[in-house]
Amino acid sequence: MTESMDLKAKLGIDVFKPGGAAHIKIRLGKEKDFRLQKMAMICPAGLYSVNEQGETSLTIDGCLECGTCRLVCGNDVLEWAYPEGGTGVQLRFG
Amino acid sequence: MEKFDVIIVGAGLAGLGAAYTLAGRDLEVLVLERGDYPGAKNVSGGRIYVNPVRDLFPDLWQEAPLERFIVHEGIVLMAKERAVAIDYAGDELRQEPHQSYSVLRAKFDRWFAEQIETKGAMILPKIRVENVIKENGKIVGVLAGGDELHADVVIACDGVLSFLGEQAGLHLAETPHNYALGIKEVIALDGEKINDRFQLQGNEGAARLFIGEVTKGMFGGGFLYTNKESVSLGIVVGIEDMMDQGGSLEAPVLMEAFKARPEIACLIRGGATVEYTAHLIPEGGFRALHPLHGDGILVAGDAAGFALNLGFTVRGMEYALASGYYAAQTVLKAKETGSFDADTLSEYGRLLQESFVMKDFQNFQATPSFVNNPRFFSHYPELKGNILRDIYSVPAGPKDRLYPTIRKYLGLGEMWTMFKDFREVTKI
Repeated sequence: MTESMDLKAKLGIDVFKPGGAAHIKIRLGKEKDFRLQKMAMICPAGLYSVNEQGETSLTIDGCLECGTCRLVCGNDVLEWAYPEGGTGVQLRFG
Repeated sequence: MEKFDVIIVGAGLAGLGAAYTLAGRDLEVLVLERGDYPGAKNVSGGRIYVNPVRDLFPDLWQEAPLERFIVHEGIVLMAKERAVAIDYAGDELRQEPHQSYSVLRAKFDRWFAEQIETKGAMILPKIRVENVIKENGKIVGVLAGGDELHADVVIACDGVLSFLGEQAGLHLAETPHNYALGIKEVIALDGEKINDRFQLQGNEGAARLFIGEVTKGMFGGGFLYTNKESVSLGIVVGIEDMMDQGGSLEAPVLMEAFKARPEIACLIRGGATVEYTAHLIPEGGFRALHPLHGDGILVAGDAAGFALNLGFTVRGMEYALASGYYAAQTVLKAKETGSFDADTLSEYGRLLQESFVMKDFQNFQATPSFVNNPRFFSHYPELKGNILRDIYSVPAGPKDRLYPTIRKYLGLGEMWTMFKDFREVTKI
């Protein structure tokens, strides 16, 4: 199972509790910001993807809540909050 | 309006350390935690050093659900196609009290929280704190789940992003500069297999750090800690380096490449990944610490920047526990005077100053720039690999003399750079 596991499979093992609206949003008009494009490489859950027009989109499912994108992109690019209480990733090992 | 003596935000080791110290002291203490249970959002690489905090929490360690005591230390310099390892083990590491343990935080923190509840503090999980409440510049409580909760003092133990400190005006929003990203897998493996593979007996544990090819020359490295029935395996990479030099290298791919290295693959063979996590790590040391207090607020743990990477030891949990403890002591003193203004709470800084916490941060303030030396992450591992390859190789014909073999790698320029790099060591 440790043989070259794909990222989706890894995220599939984690326990996530659904709830509420997306806790991280790309601010309108910032989709082409270069910092977002960096996140396509850096996000440990692979949630950022860049299309052919250079616009970045974000899928929130599988977010590990590490906060790296908040540091990389800053408050002017991302509207960033932790997920609502009791939702999001729930670690069993930590 | 609900009013408490103390509100602690975050049930990590700082928050729980503060709550444990305050519980049963005739104060109304409320701990707010956004996870489903304490520990649900808490990640560490996986090793805690008990000595500095043993006496601050004397009744805690006997029963604590720690994993294995570490008797085997390793540092592995990973070059592209080979590795050079330093191994330190022996009976002196088996002496009690054991100085460090591997730990899985979801398990440990949950247990720790139960001890605190037994002592009389209230811990409310599933509650996200949205903001601080400020009155005339003083923090008087928090806004949580839409409710206003008031307190004489708020202890912000809300973790590495430190939202509360930012909202309280203690510091600006953080930038990538002083932070690294940690990615970790917990890989389930039979305890007997772990003992065989790592040369351990019973509940002994091993710790290994990896530098070099793991991060493709970027700041950071890999780590491995053995737990009872699993292995914590992960990488740490500087965020700024990933932005500047990461190119098209995806962080999750870096983790897979690390797992695929022969030095690692044979250790985790047959294991099953049971959790995949990521977490930010403060790497800025003393100069990057946040202001520790304001009117009605104290900041502890990762939120204050209390993590220290010395290359061979990577520490944060003891500083979190101790800063929580000293924040609690400060609150107890402030309660006697009845004042929770910035001046009274500055006692916290004094207590930390007298403790191992600030002494360590001051003594090791040169280490962030030392361990950030890019030559440690690719040049030196390759150089050591080259020298050892030539020393060990036996060619078909006659073997070269050893001294000239080594000497060719250590020209004047190389020696001078090395000298400068290692002169930096004297600052530590």
